[in-house]
Amino acid sequence: MKKSAPKKDRSASSSSIEDLKTFSFSKENEERVEEIIKRYPKGRQASAILPLFDLAQRQCGGWLPKSAIEKITERLGVSLIRGYEVATFYTMFNLNPVGRYHLQICGTTPCMLRGSEDLKRVCQRHLGIECKETTEDGLFTLSEVECIGACVNAPAIQINDDYYEDLTEESFLKLLKDLEAGLEVKPGSVLGRQGSAPLEKESPC
Amino acid sequence: MLSQKDAIFTNLYGRQEWRLPGAKKRGDWDRTQAAFAQGQEWVIQEIMASGLRGRGGAGFPTGRKWSFMAKDDGITPRYLIINADESEPGTCKDRDILRYEPHKLIEGALLAGFAIGAHTGYIYIRGEFYREAEHLEIAIREAYEAGLLGKNAASSGWDFDLYVHRGAGAYICGEETALLESLEGRKGMPRLKPPFPALVGLYGCPTIVNNVETIAVVPTILRRGASWFASLGTPNNTGTKIFCLSGHVNTPCNVEEVMGIPLKELIEKYGGGVRGGWDNLLAVIPGGSSVPLLPKDICEMVLMDFTSLANVKSGLGTAGVIVMDKSTDIVRAIARLSKFYMHESCGQCTPCREGTGWVWRMLVRLADGLGTIKDIDRLEEVTYQIEGHTICALGEAAAWPVQGLVRHFRPELERRLGVQ
Repeated sequence: MKKSAPKKDRSASSSSIEDLKTFSFSKENEERVEEIIKRYPKGRQASAILPLFDLAQRQCGGWLPKSAIEKITERLGVSLIRGYEVATFYTMFNLNPVGRYHLQICGTTPCMLRGSEDLKRVCQRHLGIECKETTEDGLFTLSEVECIGACVNAPAIQINDDYYEDLTEESFLKLLKDLEAGLEVKPGSVLGRQGSAPLEKESPC
Repeated sequence: MLSQKDAIFTNLYGRQEWRLPGAKKRGDWDRTQAAFAQGQEWVIQEIMASGLRGRGGAGFPTGRKWSFMAKDDGITPRYLIINADESEPGTCKDRDILRYEPHKLIEGALLAGFAIGAHTGYIYIRGEFYREAEHLEIAIREAYEAGLLGKNAASSGWDFDLYVHRGAGAYICGEETALLESLEGRKGMPRLKPPFPALVGLYGCPTIVNNVETIAVVPTILRRGASWFASLGTPNNTGTKIFCLSGHVNTPCNVEEVMGIPLKELIEKYGGGVRGGWDNLLAVIPGGSSVPLLPKDICEMVLMDFTSLANVKSGLGTAGVIVMDKSTDIVRAIARLSKFYMHESCGQCTPCREGTGWVWRMLVRLADGLGTIKDIDRLEEVTYQIEGHTICALGEAAAWPVQGLVRHFRPELERRLGVQ
């Protein structure tokens, strides 16, 4: 069952896919590019490739078009093939457009033991998408990712830059519905745990 | 058991302010200059005397690592790299330091940088930790504004610059030479050692790579003295450690405790016990996914330190304790870890690139009840073909959990043969 398109605000993606054929950093980001390159010694500007790819991906609304890879490698003076190597090696670079909310369910053992498979089923049932698929309205993309490093708050999911933790089928479904309705959602533990503190008893610090 | 006065990470859960004023209240940046007055050699000697072993998994003595640094020729730059690419399944301790105790890390970086003669440091943080990186950036800015970083950092006479570098999703970049490759702007493929980074590291210059927790405990050790740190824990396994309790415990959490605390005490006291009671315990992976699991009978007595766990053919690793109760399909649980290693293999060495896929497929077959008796031996054989035949330790990390499964759960594997 594909959901009908709710009102969309895709302000995150300032450029349309057509524009991406000729990528260039926005004026604001251009300043950040200079600042990033300065973090590395002279002649070592190739080090900036990961941060610049990330910046470009953010500007493009969550994915890294080929034109951006070309532009950045040229700027940093590294060969294009090396840009492709880097873009394909690191899993956080999306080489195709993704939904406004990129649901990244951690599927590795600590999360699996606490029910990450159930969360995937929620996506299948409620959104009608499998891993690597996007809903028709462009709102959600589902991915199964490897350990996101929130094991004591398992099962955890990363949506764009934020973690949502200690989820159950019910709380995850509510989270999805809130996102669909355009409501504000609070990152972190849905049980209200403070960080990695144990839930019940008062802990030492 | 750790008494409150000996705890290092007093804001582990973020109940107090993590910014500079809050950090100062907890004692961070207190008398930092005192260590500088004693000299570089003294700092290294103190860390050696404290017995601090690297907290990233391998447990190499930190002071000794620092002492391997190439002699300063006055021309070649030297670098300190802090490994915040925390991605080992079962481990989420560095995340708490990064978001709630960033000033411990920054102060530690300055002191470690001084000890090894580095004026520049990079913190390589995993890309997924976006919010944690934000905290770190803010804390670094605060430190610059307060004169604690930069020229004459913290009035020490030492110049030190510190930068955050975000990764982009690759477990292998937690391997120190892969991290250096990644930081130089390439795919994260590990380098052959030797030469070790202490001689030829970042940009070909002498470099020390240390874990977040290792660096974050340095200021407290120098303030309270090596003998204080060495008095905690067990011989050769000194100090405190952040343990991560995940899986089938009643209250999963991170907790700082002394090294050598009994595993059972850790689970019962902080994890609220195994779900369904201690007798419902099936197995524990004591140190992150890379170490072999332990069945219940070993869990009764074993102590959580490098030596004790090595004696039972496992390891402390990152101290990520993954607890599994009797409802666990142990074959599938380990198979999922094999899938992780298959996904994260960088593809450079054939035994690992091909072997991790083999191991995963065979485990799935065994889990599905489609295996034969020969498959169990073949599975073990393949893990020995991977182990020791690769450039980095990912080969071992992929092999050990499976060897642990065959060692302790062979009857379970045999029970499933030809079920279908």
